[in-house]
Amino acid sequence: MKLVNQIKLVALGLTGSMVLAASVAQAQTELKVYTALETEQLKPYAKAFNEQYPDIKIKWVRDSTGIVTAKLLAEKNNPQADVVWGLAATSLLVLKEQNMLQPYAPKGIEMLSPKFRDADANPSWVGMDAWMGALCFNTIEAKKHGLPKPTSWEDLTKPVYKGHVIMPNPASSGTGFLDVSSWLQMFGEDKGWGYMDRLHNNIARYTHSGSKPCKLAAAGETAIGISFAYKGANLKKKGAPLDLVFPQEGLGWDMEAAAIVKGTDKMDAAKKLMDFAITKQANEMYNKSFAVVGYPGVAKPIPHYPADAEALMIDNNFEWAASKRKEILSTWQARYDGKSDPK
Amino acid sequence: MISVWNRNVNPADTVRLSKDDYIQRGVILIAVAFLFFTLLMPLSSMLVKSLQNADGDFVGLVNFATYFSNPVLFESVANSLQIALTSTFIVITLAFLFAYGLTRTCMPGKKTLRALTLLPLFAPSLLPGISLIYLLGNQGIFKGVLFGETIYGPIGIVIGMCFWVFPHVLMIMVTALSNSDARLYEAARVMKASPVRTFFTVTLPSAKYGLISASFVAFTLVITDFGVPKVIGGEFNVLATDIYKQVVGQQNFQMGAVVSVVLLLPAVFSFIADRLVQKKQVAMLSARAVPFVPSPHKMKDRLFFGICCLVVSAILLVIGMAVYASFITFWPYNTALTLNNYNFEEVGASWDFYFNSLEMAAWVAVIGTAVVFFNAYLVEKGRAFEPVRNLLHLMAMIPMAVPGMVLGLSYIFFFNQPGNPLNFIYATMAILVLNSVVHFYTVCHLTSVTALKQIDSEFEAVSSSLKVPFYATFWKVTLPVSLPAVLEISVYLFVNAMTTVSAVVFLYSSDTMLASISVMNMDEAGNTASAAAMAVLILVTCLAVKGTHWLLSQKLLTVTQGWRNR
Repeated sequence: MKLVNQIKLVALGLTGSMVLAASVAQAQTELKVYTALETEQLKPYAKAFNEQYPDIKIKWVRDSTGIVTAKLLAEKNNPQADVVWGLAATSLLVLKEQNMLQPYAPKGIEMLSPKFRDADANPSWVGMDAWMGALCFNTIEAKKHGLPKPTSWEDLTKPVYKGHVIMPNPASSGTGFLDVSSWLQMFGEDKGWGYMDRLHNNIARYTHSGSKPCKLAAAGETAIGISFAYKGANLKKKGAPLDLVFPQEGLGWDMEAAAIVKGTDKMDAAKKLMDFAITKQANEMYNKSFAVVGYPGVAKPIPHYPADAEALMIDNNFEWAASKRKEILSTWQARYDGKSDPK
Repeated sequence: MISVWNRNVNPADTVRLSKDDYIQRGVILIAVAFLFFTLLMPLSSMLVKSLQNADGDFVGLVNFATYFSNPVLFESVANSLQIALTSTFIVITLAFLFAYGLTRTCMPGKKTLRALTLLPLFAPSLLPGISLIYLLGNQGIFKGVLFGETIYGPIGIVIGMCFWVFPHVLMIMVTALSNSDARLYEAARVMKASPVRTFFTVTLPSAKYGLISASFVAFTLVITDFGVPKVIGGEFNVLATDIYKQVVGQQNFQMGAVVSVVLLLPAVFSFIADRLVQKKQVAMLSARAVPFVPSPHKMKDRLFFGICCLVVSAILLVIGMAVYASFITFWPYNTALTLNNYNFEEVGASWDFYFNSLEMAAWVAVIGTAVVFFNAYLVEKGRAFEPVRNLLHLMAMIPMAVPGMVLGLSYIFFFNQPGNPLNFIYATMAILVLNSVVHFYTVCHLTSVTALKQIDSEFEAVSSSLKVPFYATFWKVTLPVSLPAVLEISVYLFVNAMTTVSAVVFLYSSDTMLASISVMNMDEAGNTASAAAMAVLILVTCLAVKGTHWLLSQKLLTVTQGWRNR
């Protein structure tokens, strides 16, 4: 009898605590957030958000730009993500085209620079910060092969650089695509493709990821890697014999952006995250890694970046780039894909 | 369904069906259903996908037409075949020489040499790729060996493949060359045949089927491998990397499915051919054959010892370089040793990935062994449902012919369909475990069947007449007796689950990121040293597990297998 009572008591206690646990869990909304942010940024970003909204828990799903985009598209009929926070705007535009984003104007959106927000009255996405292309130039390897330091995109087509330049494949890398789309916008389509024809002669290979050319340059596997500024500055800080070159014709760039995924059943929490993502405080946080952010007047200069970074950025037409993306990529592949990294 | 199968059964038998029979039939059906839902359904949803456009409408062979009219994509077919044929030729030659040394000469150090050749089995196929970059890349130690050719491309892929495929091929070769009849050699000697003539008329023919089988295995492994070309393929596209490029790089799932089908063809073809050849081999060795025992021959022994040592040093060099590279601060400018590359957090990876891999591999080993061995038991020792059991056996053979990437991709198509009740396992550890169990099913199935064949089926007959349920016989007799095979299967599954990249690359989520995949991702992002470090970690873990298994089975063998030697 005694034993039975004890068991009953334990059972009661267990049920009670389970109910309690369940109610606690219910009080906390869990948001599934897809992102291509750098891993080391995730914790501080979530922490800053939780300081304002402690009852919303962020569950990160992180991967590189191409993969996150692929994942989102693959899950189109059965979306798993609630919010996207930190993905290339060109990718979000593709999602918008597929009618996968939930338009929402976060509180205070009028404070953002116009470049950093969807032009629609009820915007589908909001910008966070901009990252820009740059050349990673290995000074030691350059000396070994007698290569002068290039200063422009045009320089890269000179015969002296043959086989010493590596760039990312635009089909898989956001950085690669921003290069190609910026050349086409800067030089015009005909001249742009002509430029790439000449550049292609000098390219050793095209890599899958946008940061790899810079890593390869840092390791001396190549002398020049066409990559992006953030990576180059980081590697330089670690002691790689790199010089960052910002070609004088202008720099392609893309922005990291945030959006709500259509079909989410946690709309309130998702809206709160969007509100937070464009606050001044959040922009100050973005500025730790990026020289140009969406909130005017926030950005402070970052070491190894050019002081006039924003002036070098071309007038990038994202809508054009996103709508032409497929066409550009198939032309690009037909012309150059033989030299691509496997994958 | 049941009534259809019962038509073959004598009506008198159906009347006497006991509870045990029903249970067994139920279990057999469950086993068939398991492979149906984890193998056949995903594969068919992939086939369907290849015939659809992006919106999911049926478009017939349009995707295939697009594929074959695109010279860049189509070129990969030629590239894949070229790589597979070249690698197969090289690795077969090397493995034959090595196996010849092991079985037909009296060279010293056979056991050690043999053991060292197994090392590549314990590393992900990404490891040779990474190592070759350090050895032969633009900043490589032995860069000069290539005379200005680049390692990024066919040369690198072929070298990496040979390294990775060698142990698989060697195992088959050694078996093939061990099964020879000494009487034939005696006859050749009596008839004064020259050694060369003896080699071509006795040695080669007797190893013929082994050679053919090994060639098919090598060919399949090379054409379906993803790790080596991914790391070192440079501008050289092959089918396996095309699937990845289409799906992950360009979000073109239809084209990914098309390339998968294209890749499936040579794999299936070579698998069927191999099966047909193996069927012929059965009667090769008669009961009266006398095993060949090599006699010492100074020149020959030294020559083969030299060859084998060269091969083993190459293997050790590749592995050693990866280990060394994982401790270097900043190749090639700062070669001071450091542990920093193992601090994965610094490059956006994490030790959690390693523990995820351990967890997954453990689950695969436990669940996989249980499922595969029990299913094999049903196939081999079951009494009811002969046609269904044959079907089960046939299904168990399929995973061997399905490349990992194809299986992985088909899992996305099947399990992430809206409305699939199994959708909940998508993006969990469970789908990784399930996928790996199915991916490595065939070898385990064959091992189990071989082990079970050694046990007299009288056990089943006797226990059945004593009214002992079949599962009791399984638990009390079959399982303990087959313990060595069961252990071997579980280690095989563990090691493969630890090292695989191809199948799981489409299925992991951020919570279930695996060590092997992070090797690929770190290499992709250019963090080669950390990638090497993680690959070394996988290698060491697998070696430790294998070592433990070896010690354990020594102990167990003496305890449980005493009956084998009376």
